[in-house]
Amino acid sequence: MSIIRRPMSLFRPRRGPDQTILRENRALVEEIDRRKLLRGAVSLGAVSMLTGCDIAEQDQVQSVLRTVSSFNDRVQAAMFDPTRLAPTYTAAQVVKPPRFNAYYEIEDVKPLDIGGWKLELAGLVVDKRPWSLQQIYELPEQEEIIKHICVEGWDYIGQWSGPNLRQFLTRVGADLTAKYVAFHGNDDYMESIDMASALHPQTILATKYAGEPITDPYGYPLRLRTAVKLGFKNPKWIRAIEVTNTYQEGFWEKQGFNWFSGL
Amino acid sequence: MNAGNRMHPLIIRVMHWTNAVAMIIMIMSGWKIYNDEVIFGFLHFPDAITLGPWAQHGLQWHFFGMWILVLNGMAYLGYGLASGRFRRLLLPIRLREVIGEAIAALTFRLPHADLTRYNAVQKTLYVGVILIIIVQVISGLAIWKPVQFSFLVALFSDFQGARLAHFLGMTAIVLFLLVHVALALLVPRTILAMLTGGPRIGGDHADAPIPTHSSNM
Repeated sequence: MSIIRRPMSLFRPRRGPDQTILRENRALVEEIDRRKLLRGAVSLGAVSMLTGCDIAEQDQVQSVLRTVSSFNDRVQAAMFDPTRLAPTYTAAQVVKPPRFNAYYEIEDVKPLDIGGWKLELAGLVVDKRPWSLQQIYELPEQEEIIKHICVEGWDYIGQWSGPNLRQFLTRVGADLTAKYVAFHGNDDYMESIDMASALHPQTILATKYAGEPITDPYGYPLRLRTAVKLGFKNPKWIRAIEVTNTYQEGFWEKQGFNWFSGL
Repeated sequence: MNAGNRMHPLIIRVMHWTNAVAMIIMIMSGWKIYNDEVIFGFLHFPDAITLGPWAQHGLQWHFFGMWILVLNGMAYLGYGLASGRFRRLLLPIRLREVIGEAIAALTFRLPHADLTRYNAVQKTLYVGVILIIIVQVISGLAIWKPVQFSFLVALFSDFQGARLAHFLGMTAIVLFLLVHVALALLVPRTILAMLTGGPRIGGDHADAPIPTHSSNM
């Protein structure tokens, strides 16, 4: 099985808006403009006083849709069964290498400078001493052969291993009753997940893919892999883990994606 | 309200048009979501007919529209079953009639004298689209929650199978819509009936739980 590069993706935009649509609909656009002009001329005052502005309308629509999205976060949290396991697969089904995904191209990945790297801990954690990669490698390893499902709709089977997150959080004395666990990536990428998903048995801090250390594009030295969230909720190149009760909007939520995004 | 009942009671009309809005939201936002990871390389829906500037907005609309669709749809199914409307209007469907009336319809020889009774082709299309929408909700749940509802994913073989089923369900619904709208435009009285209620019907036709059913169908 090989990974086919897709022609277009929101996560890797390659070209601007399609200009042909503008050309094809030129007549329509001009007609709309004429109508607008007429309407504007008739009641310029009224139109400018009212929120006749498209931007304001867009904002109102966004505010309604985002409210529904927050409601859907709560619905998903209620639907989440912390004991339900995601399907697992065999080593023969694993796709190598994993499929790359980020908001930039694979060529633009800036490998993490491992020299000074240590995993920082923040927030509601008793033992905040940073962890060296060697210390993390010495922790018991858990392997998960699970599906990575992207919000775009594609999926692949990956073989990830590393310490179990629940065990790790317990070990450092994290407050397991806190609401969120936030993962700060090296590229200013931050995503937070709910504590119930963080404590799910198939949530690990992955250091290896198919038995080998994860390579640079896929999150070396440490990334989150949870079987119960969409791909974008699995930050790569983790610098710090923060346990908190404060909701923080992640990189993709700021763009309008749903926060819970549970599978 | 003897003999005062309309063919389409107010509740049916409200649910019909609510469903129409929800369906348009679901289809157009679904096309936006589809465009982000196409199933068929040759098929990309033009931005002009998709909802939301970017995929995330398509997703926002989709997960907003789903509530309208499902809540309205459950109310509709509950009402249709409890009131006897489904049994009265949509059943029975006889294959011989479906074939005969389909041929009559295609040659424009199907009479429409009585709007209050559906012909066999209508019955088939309405029952068919209701069942397809139910399957569409099931494949949608499988895509939305493939771990929580992994048993639903299994119905469609795997995650991509569920996506394909969801796409095919959309295609079937769009085809139904094209036929539905075209036929309604051919017989505009039907559109008026769905707005104002349509012809008054006798008491034994009314949408109310009737223990013994009239046999004049």
